[in-house]
Amino acid sequence: MKQLLLRPAAKLVLFTACLLPFAWLFYGAWADQLGPNPAETLIRGSGGWVLRFLCLTLAVTPLRQLSGWHALARFRRMLGLFTFFYAALHFLSYAWLDMGFDPLAILRDIPKRPFALVGFAAFLLMLPLAATSFNRAIKALGAARWRALHRLVYAIALLGVLHFFWMRSAKHNYAEVAVYAVIVALLLGWRVGKAWIGARHDARQLRAPDGLDAVAHGCEDADRRRQA
Amino acid sequence: MHFHPDRGFAHRSASEITPRAAYAERRDLLKLIGTGVAGAALAGWAQRVALAQAARPGTQAALPSVKSSVAGAIVMDKPTRLGDITGYNNFYEFGTDKADPARNAHTLKTRPWTVAVEGEVKKPRAYDIDELLRLSPQEERIYRLRCVEGWSMVVPWTGYSLSELIKRVEPTGNAKFVEFVTLADTKQMPGVASRVLDWPYVEGLRMDEAMNPLALLSFGLYGELLTNQNGAPVRLVVPWKYGFKSGKSIVRIRFVEKQPATSWEKAAPNEYGFYSNVNPGVDHPRWSQATERRIGEDGLFAKRRPTLLFNGYEAQVGQMYAGMDLKKFY
Repeated sequence: MKQLLLRPAAKLVLFTACLLPFAWLFYGAWADQLGPNPAETLIRGSGGWVLRFLCLTLAVTPLRQLSGWHALARFRRMLGLFTFFYAALHFLSYAWLDMGFDPLAILRDIPKRPFALVGFAAFLLMLPLAATSFNRAIKALGAARWRALHRLVYAIALLGVLHFFWMRSAKHNYAEVAVYAVIVALLLGWRVGKAWIGARHDARQLRAPDGLDAVAHGCEDADRRRQA
Repeated sequence: MHFHPDRGFAHRSASEITPRAAYAERRDLLKLIGTGVAGAALAGWAQRVALAQAARPGTQAALPSVKSSVAGAIVMDKPTRLGDITGYNNFYEFGTDKADPARNAHTLKTRPWTVAVEGEVKKPRAYDIDELLRLSPQEERIYRLRCVEGWSMVVPWTGYSLSELIKRVEPTGNAKFVEFVTLADTKQMPGVASRVLDWPYVEGLRMDEAMNPLALLSFGLYGELLTNQNGAPVRLVVPWKYGFKSGKSIVRIRFVEKQPATSWEKAAPNEYGFYSNVNPGVDHPRWSQATERRIGEDGLFAKRRPTLLFNGYEAQVGQMYAGMDLKKFY
């Protein structure tokens, strides 16, 4: 499995897979296969994929540390960027299909709807993360600062789930919301738990960082310590 | 003469209405041409036109009707595809997703069915659905339907004015409002288990609204009996109000003195008022009501179309609200 994940083709396979939902939505729009209200289907469809990709991105580190497949870290940036891609698609669909690209109408509409405001805030928070996703940005910022900045993803996840919860609250339809809430709670809770245990065991010990560049060093050290 | 935008279908005089005989004759002629009397090209065209006018979907029993003579009964907008009308709507008793009613409403039993008409009336009684169907001539009405969520359709309903029923039960002087109670049976309706609304679903109209000839007691859709998901066997259609005011699968009509507490008003009083007239100038607290998306009509990238005051029926209903602050009585 480790060997498979390290293959160069693995990234290409994942990239293609990540594009499938987009291809499906695009084809549906082109072939008029999105049901009676295609605009609504596009907006809600893309929104659902933001949440799914957010969960996948947040799952990389726990999965890597639990399984020991550290090669998984190679895919985290791509998953994060696809989260942003679907968020941009989600926002664009709303701005275009619902608001006709009228900036004034958008500015009037977003504050009117608390759930839209929350979603928009999450989208804005994604911008600096997407903008600093390349290697040179990590270097320029320094690993520590870069990591601190990218912890924003936790806030984004919480806002994303709140956005979805608020949107569904109009119809008291929480079944799907609960699924995402549980997944995000587990993924964030795992981090909190780990940080708490780490702090209790040895406050001076280097905590397992979440950063991409920390794969080779910090995390493995931390894991070895935990296993010992 | 000055031009003004479409404010609904206002007949200046009865002579403007095409007599039934005239259009029936035209249909016959088109059918005749369609059979091949004229040239092949012409036949193809005529067949399409004849089909568009005569075709029934064939999924439900036919419900023959006559053309309505009520002002505003037939809008000129293109009717929405039947598949969209039956596949995309709100009927929370069958689930809150707009695809749920079509999926789940097959469990509804529409026979036997009785509608109790009671309260402040001289002749209260329970009507059997078959009796109700024959109470007054069934008319075809093509109405705009505007959902409070911001989408709209054009629906060819079959039914007759609610006033026909009201006249027969003779309301007393105390009857100021009419309350409509719809079926809430957990055995037939999976959505009733959810707490999204306080069941049964209750809606209401002021007496003059209920007596307005546009307020329709509907039994059919596209020339056939109503599909379950659209409110079979009998529902209300109030075209100048948001769609949720038009209760589906009605079991009780009660005449009362005090304004009824309606389901949506109880659920969110700051968002849904008793009147809920379609009004582009009065926004829902959480979104604008200035525009709407016409289902199946406007392309994906088309701009939403402007919503009309009273859904375009101002000429027929506006006078009922003269002097009323529509922002206060939303």
